Amino acid sequence: MKVEEYSKRQQQVGQWKVNIVSYRLGDQYYCTVDNVEPGATLARAQGLTQDEAEKKALEKAEGMLAKTLVVALVSRRQMKGTANR
Amino acid sequence: MADYVHPETLVSTGWIEEHKNDLDIRTVEVDVDTRAYDEGHIAGAVGWAWDSELCDTVQRDIVPKAQFEKLLGESGIDNNTTVILYGDNNNWFAAWAFWQLKIYGHNDVRLMNGGRKKWLAEGRELTKERPSTSPKKYKAKNADFSIRAFLGDVQKGIKRKSIHLVDVRSPQEFTGEILAPPGLPETCQRGGHIPRAKSITWSRACDEDGTFKSFDELRQLYEGAGISRKKPVVAYCRIGERSSHTWFVLKYLLGYKDVRNYDGSWTEWGNLVRAPVEKP
Repeated sequence: MKVEEYSKRQQQVGQWKVNIVSYRLGDQYYCTVDNVEPGATLARAQGLTQDEAEKKALEKAEGMLAKTLVVALVSRRQMKGTANR
Repeated sequence: MADYVHPETLVSTGWIEEHKNDLDIRTVEVDVDTRAYDEGHIAGAVGWAWDSELCDTVQRDIVPKAQFEKLLGESGIDNNTTVILYGDNNNWFAAWAFWQLKIYGHNDVRLMNGGRKKWLAEGRELTKERPSTSPKKYKAKNADFSIRAFLGDVQKGIKRKSIHLVDVRSPQEFTGEILAPPGLPETCQRGGHIPRAKSITWSRACDEDGTFKSFDELRQLYEGAGISRKKPVVAYCRIGERSSHTWFVLKYLLGYKDVRNYDGSWTEWGNLVRAPVEKP
């Protein structure tokens, strides 16, 4: 079977950008969502339509991205400076 | 591909189409997401799972020699087979497999330039059928660890300033703003990077279609960041697969003589008690 209707677009999910890649293989649509940088696949799903496959994959990816902890960047020097005040 | 120092280590997607019936070639798909192979793969390709077949599943290590021989033999590969590797995420784990095949001395191993991403984007054929393979006898060489860096090598190297250290993770992982790529489990206690490491994200070696940048662009990227050929180069990431990709670029496309992949990477360093960590 040939890969058909291949598409790729970028979307913002919370504070993260994701790539949404979908294509049709036979009568099924497949979708993967990756985290752009570094590009790791977060979720994949399939469906009878492109919308269905993308919706399912995005829902899974959103759940995973919501757990990402962002650490405030405070250097040791800044911390010492704060303590001396 | 002609300008690369070892162009024989790369094949194009078109080359695979032309050689799909060659009997002395085995195509292997190695994905980050091991479900991708079952969704559809190149006809004749076998699938290897990085998290169970390309590692020691008891202690943290590369695949043991006996297990490696069994895997290749059962995949219809003998010592004279040309092995073509490809996978998702611009060949991350395909490069990881390439690195291990070289550790065990396989002669003819190549990456499909652009990986699974390019194959899909070009609308090429996929199949769900697993190929029937006739088992072959495979004899691995003793492991060559001259292309692998261990913790002690990195510790000595940064103390003596005798190595170039390349951190290939994303800028946010390098600074310690995040402990793991967005959406993936955190596997370290501290964020930041190994002292003296230069940040050159792996993806800067690739074009948008997943293929490698030209020799001149790659040379500019690494030499421009001060990664000279005068010292051994050690690449690291989080678990060693993204750094395999950079290791491949430096060793086979640019021809650096002494390049090592530190597969312990940040999941080792970022969990070590009292290991020095640099943060901006």
